[in-house]
Amino acid sequence: MSLVGTLLALLLLPFLLIGIVQRTRSWWAGRRGPGLWQSAFDVQRLLRKQSVYSTTTTPLFRIAPWVFLASAVGSALLTPVLGLPPVLSFPFDFVWFLYAFGLGRVAIMLAALDTGSSFEGMGAAREGLFASLLEPVWFAAFGALFCLTDATSLAELLPAPITGLPAATVVAAVALALLVAVQVESARVPVDDPATHLELTMIHEVQVLDHSGPDLAAIQIGSALKLFIGASLLVALLHPCPAAPAPWPQLVAAGMLIGVAVLIGTIESLVARLQLRMVPWYIGAALLLGTVGLLATAWRGEGGR
Amino acid sequence: MTVVVRWPGSALPPATAESWRADVLARLRGGARLVTLFGRRLGDQVLLTAVLQHPDGALHVARALALADTGYRALTAEHAAAHCFERELVEQTGLPLTDHPWPKPLRYQDRDQAAMADHPFWQLQGKEVHEVAVGPIHAGVIEPGSFRFSCLGEQVHHLEIQLGYQHRGVEARLLAGDPRRHTPLVETIAGDTSVAHAWAFGAALEALADVAVPAAAVAARGVALELERIAMHLAGLSGLATDIAFLQGASSWGRLRTTAINTSMRLCGSRFGRGAVRPGGVRMALTAELRAEVAANLRLLQHDCAHVDDLFFGARSATHRLRGIGTLRPDVAAEIGVVGMAARASGLALDARTAAGGIWHEVPIASVVHADGDCLARARIRADEIRASLAWLSQVLERHPEWPAPPPPLPSLAPGQFVVAIVEGWRGEVVHCLETDERGRLTHAKVQDPSLRNWLGLAVAMRGNEISDFPICNKSFDLSYCGHDL
Repeated sequence: MSLVGTLLALLLLPFLLIGIVQRTRSWWAGRRGPGLWQSAFDVQRLLRKQSVYSTTTTPLFRIAPWVFLASAVGSALLTPVLGLPPVLSFPFDFVWFLYAFGLGRVAIMLAALDTGSSFEGMGAAREGLFASLLEPVWFAAFGALFCLTDATSLAELLPAPITGLPAATVVAAVALALLVAVQVESARVPVDDPATHLELTMIHEVQVLDHSGPDLAAIQIGSALKLFIGASLLVALLHPCPAAPAPWPQLVAAGMLIGVAVLIGTIESLVARLQLRMVPWYIGAALLLGTVGLLATAWRGEGGR
Repeated sequence: MTVVVRWPGSALPPATAESWRADVLARLRGGARLVTLFGRRLGDQVLLTAVLQHPDGALHVARALALADTGYRALTAEHAAAHCFERELVEQTGLPLTDHPWPKPLRYQDRDQAAMADHPFWQLQGKEVHEVAVGPIHAGVIEPGSFRFSCLGEQVHHLEIQLGYQHRGVEARLLAGDPRRHTPLVETIAGDTSVAHAWAFGAALEALADVAVPAAAVAARGVALELERIAMHLAGLSGLATDIAFLQGASSWGRLRTTAINTSMRLCGSRFGRGAVRPGGVRMALTAELRAEVAANLRLLQHDCAHVDDLFFGARSATHRLRGIGTLRPDVAAEIGVVGMAARASGLALDARTAAGGIWHEVPIASVVHADGDCLARARIRADEIRASLAWLSQVLERHPEWPAPPPPLPSLAPGQFVVAIVEGWRGEVVHCLETDERGRLTHAKVQDPSLRNWLGLAVAMRGNEISDFPICNKSFDLSYCGHDL
């Protein structure tokens, strides 16, 4: 039952999450905004279309979107969503989780380089740089949680029990680091701007300019899934009552998910995008937070574990 | 400003190209500013014209006949601000100039358009350099133009901009038919600067026809011009906020632009100021009801702009994004002849309105100058100019509540005259030069949009910046493709 619930959530909620982010942005801009399911309709439209391929591309270009989607699904299966246990769980699965992200990213970067476009090459170079900077952030954040809970898998890692100031410090630092990681991974403001039409400033969007039809749909589903996974991690990390009786954890998680989407949308509405050369500093701040979390676990350890 | 210089065109100038060149250079060294420079083919000779502005604001016209096969040594070699004029001169007259450091076609006018694909771009070579070609077709609904970035990684070493794709033969079209009926055509030279072009063209025709425009009509033209300035500045600020993904600024300024252009529509029937100015006067009626509506719109703009400006320039993330990006130093801006709001953002107090008579003398407008020359300064200039224009509009509407009826057709134009008219559009000075032959027909029409000179300012401002900063630099200059290409 819970397996069906998890799979349904993974299938539908990513689009709803993007819809809520968009609606929040529209609200801040004083507009009505598109419907909550607009991104799902967009994907549906793309799936009905035919993909167009440039003559300079190789088969690599054709499989990349599907590798990206598969890798996002692979990570999603390990993530506890909506207060439900994940579909799959095994010791040290967060390594799989992170490198599935990495595999999808490499696929998109290679496909971008495959087109031979100077724009897409620049986008791939930026993606590669920022991703390599982001990797230690993920490990510091998960490492801190790992030390805090003595868990070995994402399912046990999250939620972290908040007992006392040291644990609260760890969770707060990790939550902030994860928020930045989600913004970078999902190409959101202030790191990237999913709404821009300016190729020279893009990171993620420019790499997928040449994809069309079902291929583009696969990338959009994968991107939505990545945002949803990230938001779900935050929700699971901060969930106040994961062990409560049946409908409550799910209801609380759903409410918190909406809260995360509104938070992301609000940040995007009130903050300008960073200069590109400032993005490494922004990721560096997240790394600092992750490290603070990691060090705070030692503080807790001293108190006797 | 509408400065009109008469020049007895029938008497051919006695000066030779060499003495003309020496005279122009001497004046430039003496602190004068080159306003425009162009030529017209007369058989095996080329009639050269240079318009200079002395530091006191007075205009000087220097003309000479050059032999079409000998030419002269390019002024650009010693005075970089002449670069675009002399490129155009070569392209339009075939006059051979020596020592021009950048002798490339300006807009490939009257030539095979296929040649544009082989434009000799400056090339950067080396192991770690790469070139990025953007355009001529761009994403989004904008005009065509080809940009070639020579980069070291993310850093732009040089940007070359090649234009001409929008060339429509405006100057030739102005000579065909009765020029007194050409204002609708002139309003489409650069659609976002309709009022300024129409006013400059109208002022030149009025000077040729020796017609005086009533003070109230000049005031009405000023109202249309400042409404155009406010609307375009709001559009530019909204675009700039969009490009830095600052949603609040983008939507708020975008909303206010609608109020500004709708005010223009109520006055002249067009949101872009078309039909407002006609030779001899204006075609706008100001009823009591309309006056109240305009005043209410101005109050709304004044109130909301102050609020939105404070929020935008108070947002650290927004100012940090723009500060120090695309800096054009004052000395460089002066050297390459940047004009208008871009020049004022780089510390140059260039504003044709301050030296002009008429309504600008009666109700002086506060001209804003910033020194930093970066994208933030160009954003601040626009916000400040909106406020100055709003304050000015309120005063003018109070002083001139009645506008005259549409003017009668102009009488015929005086023969053998040459006139220059300058109007400070929102982007900078719009210059129209008209010349009549011995029978009072137009023999030469020279149109100059500030974009012609400012495109190089954008290219120079990009040097050393990151390529990802190009869109905001571009938006901060906000230049016209069709105004350049004519």
